[in-house]
Parts: sequence; structure tokens; C-alpha cells
Amino acid sequence: MKAAACDLAAEGIACRRGERLVFAGLSFRLMAGGALVLVGSNGSGKTSLLRLVATLIEPAAGRLVWDGRPVAADRAAYRAQLAYVGHQDAVKPALSPRETLRFWAALRGLPPRRSAPLIEAALAGFALEAVADWPCRWLSAGQRRRLALARLIAAPAPIWLLDEPTSGLDHDNQTRLEAAVAAHRDGGGRVLLATHLPLALAAADSLVLDDFAPGAGDPERERALAEHEARFW
Amino acid sequence: MAAFLGLFRRDFGLALRQGGDTGLVLGFFVLVVVLFAFGVGPEAETLRRIGAGIIWVAALLAALLSLDRLFQPDYEDGGLDLMALSGLPLEFGVLAKTAAHWAATGLPLTAISPLLALAVDLDPATLPLLVLGLLIGTPALSLIGSVAAALTLGARRQGVLLSLLVLPLYVPPLIFGAGAVAIGADASTARANLLLLGALTLAALALAPWACAAALRQALE
Repeated sequence: MKAAACDLAAEGIACRRGERLVFAGLSFRLMAGGALVLVGSNGSGKTSLLRLVATLIEPAAGRLVWDGRPVAADRAAYRAQLAYVGHQDAVKPALSPRETLRFWAALRGLPPRRSAPLIEAALAGFALEAVADWPCRWLSAGQRRRLALARLIAAPAPIWLLDEPTSGLDHDNQTRLEAAVAAHRDGGGRVLLATHLPLALAAADSLVLDDFAPGAGDPERERALAEHEARFW
Repeated sequence: MAAFLGLFRRDFGLALRQGGDTGLVLGFFVLVVVLFAFGVGPEAETLRRIGAGIIWVAALLAALLSLDRLFQPDYEDGGLDLMALSGLPLEFGVLAKTAAHWAATGLPLTAISPLLALAVDLDPATLPLLVLGLLIGTPALSLIGSVAAALTLGARRQGVLLSLLVLPLYVPPLIFGAGAVAIGADASTARANLLLLGALTLAALALAPWACAAALRQALE
């Protein structure tokens, strides 16, 4: 299987946490404008897969391919394409939302001239204007979540990796998130997200992680797993 | 460069704004020196002889006090993940955070050290040497400490573990820093001590960010 240019693809990746094999033989491909929703029971490895695609953890087997080249060959170039929102919000209680976004935009290397309009758009996109200059310690959990999501707009990147982005969001804000994802995909962006709640995403593929767990039944995959185990131990 | 400055500015700003960090460190520094002065008693002669050592030991302990906050908050709130994924190589990210740590602790410690020199009745002629020594040596304390802070990240009883790791490594800066101000040290001894202190800081500057970044990557796994 060879990935076409400008594709994000996983080829037979496996993830091991400690001694436990979380999933193996997992492949997917994400085209420009595509969305892939990760579903699965608790502990099936949704967060692990997102962290793996974010290059925060190494695959135990298989590889990630971006733009026709293995990610491992040029990790820095690949990371520049990523915007990752984990299930922690990375919000400092003493900073205001506007300062927080300014900081994350600077860390992505955006000069203030370019990031200022993006930050205003990000605050507006997640309805945070009213609290933009409050210290974040006064924000509710949902508002912090929105601030974390607003990073996606303040420091844009072609690949969004979202871990339970809807947690703590009310209905209106879930709609705002859906609108942001749709706009991102219209511009050719890709989204990989893990969620429990059904999100209104047009033409999204889904990947059920339980299918890739050890012992999930598929004889072909069982064989691959056994081989992997034999090589590892 | 924008990313490096952004990270430095945020961390420095947070340290000042939360007050906890810089204020606590300075308060601790002053208290330890004053406690020593009371403990040793009213003999000015004894106090003068050990004064420089007291100030240096107090500075080490004060720098140590704030180290567990260097990466822990970012580790807990997920900010470290984002730092690792930003365009800034983690080694430089670490350097920016360590520089902010020094600017918020080592630099103010150095700035108030002349006042504390009064408390231990240090010879005013040796004052420039004390300040210069702290100015050269305190960056090494932050740099060495950053490695230990990264290594102990997520450990239970991090503070205790951190002290056990870091304090032995603080011995060389202590020896050369206090040696420069020691009673009876002539100009050439002081100069040699300060040069060695500078060498320590430069070596730490070259090695610590790499070791620290490697330890952080391990912690993020």
C-alpha cells in the first residue's frame, strides 16, 4: 500500500503501553478535506492512537506516512503540520485567554503581526470575546475547553488531532466546533478525532479501535499479532 | 526566535505574576541567612569567616526550592505535549524555560545578596566578588537543576528526590563560588575561582538542555 502525495496514512501500526499491546495491524488513510472519527470503548487506545499520530509516542510496529514519505524521516516537518488538542487544556490560571492564544501562536512561530487577527477570529469562533481578558482561573471547564480549541484557529495547521473535543461543551458550542471543523475541511484540512458523542460531520469515516485490539477475532490480524508478539518477546 | 522569546516571556511573567515563585525564593533566601546569623551567635569574627559560605548555601537551597515547579505545571496541564510539538526544538524550549527560571530566581537572589552580606558582616571589599560569583554561578544552578527536574517529573515525592539528585551536583559551584570570597583569598585565587565557576556554567549551558530535553521526551512517552 503506497500513500499518494499529500496524504496522511498509517500502515500497519501497533501500539504498546508497558507490556500491554493496545492495538495492532491498524491502517488508515486521511485525504485532504477528510475526517476520521475514532470510536471505541474506554481503554481501546483512542488517546494512544492520537498521541502516536502526533509523534508523542513511537509505534511498536508499522509506520506513519505523510506526503509519500515516512514521518520518521523528517519529524520536524511533519510536526509543523499538526495541531493537537489533547484532553488536557494546557491553560494557565494566571493568564487571560487572549494572552494564552498569543503565547501558543508565538510558540508555533507566528509573528505577532500575523497572529493578531487570527487570535481575534479564534476568540470570536468560540464565543470567548466576553472573557478574553479575564484570568483563566475564573473560566468554567467548558470555557477552558473552548480556549484549548480556539488554539486551532489562532495557530492554524493542516492536520487537526482532537481528543474528546466535545467534553464539557454545551450544545451551542458543539455546533461552533462542528462549524470550525467544517471550515477547516473546506480549506483542505484533515481532522482525526476521538469522541463518544455523535458529531455532525459530513462524510466522515470512522475507525472502531476495538476491532484492532488483540483477540478481536479476524484470523488474518490474529496471525499478524502472533508474529508481532513472537518478534517482540 | 519568536517562539523562544514567547516561551521565556510567558514563564518569566508567570513567575512574577503568581508571586509565589520569586517572592517565595527571596523570602526563603533571606530567612536562611538570618537564621544562620542567629544560630552562630553574636561573634562577628566567626560570622565573617563563614559568611560567604552561608550566603552561597542559602542561594543553592533557595534555587532548589523552585525547581519542582519548572516543568511540573506544564506536565500536568498538557502544555509540555504542545511544547514538544511546536516548531521550537525541545532543547531550545528547555533553555527558554531555564533562562526564565534564572531570571525569576537566580537574578533577584544575586541582586539582594549585598544586603544579606551586611547581615553576616562580610568585608565590604569582597562584596563585588560575591555578587560577580553569584551572577556567574546561579545560571549553572538553574541549568543543572533543570535536568534533575525533568528526570524526576511525575515521580512521587518529587521534591525530596529532586534535592537528593541536585544537591551533590551543586557542590562544585558552591566550592568555587564561596572560594572566590573566602577570607585570605588574594586577587589571583579569586580570579581562578571565578573563572572555574564560569567554566562550570558554560559546560552546563552546553550539556544541560540536551540532557533535560531527553529526560522530558522520556516523561512524555
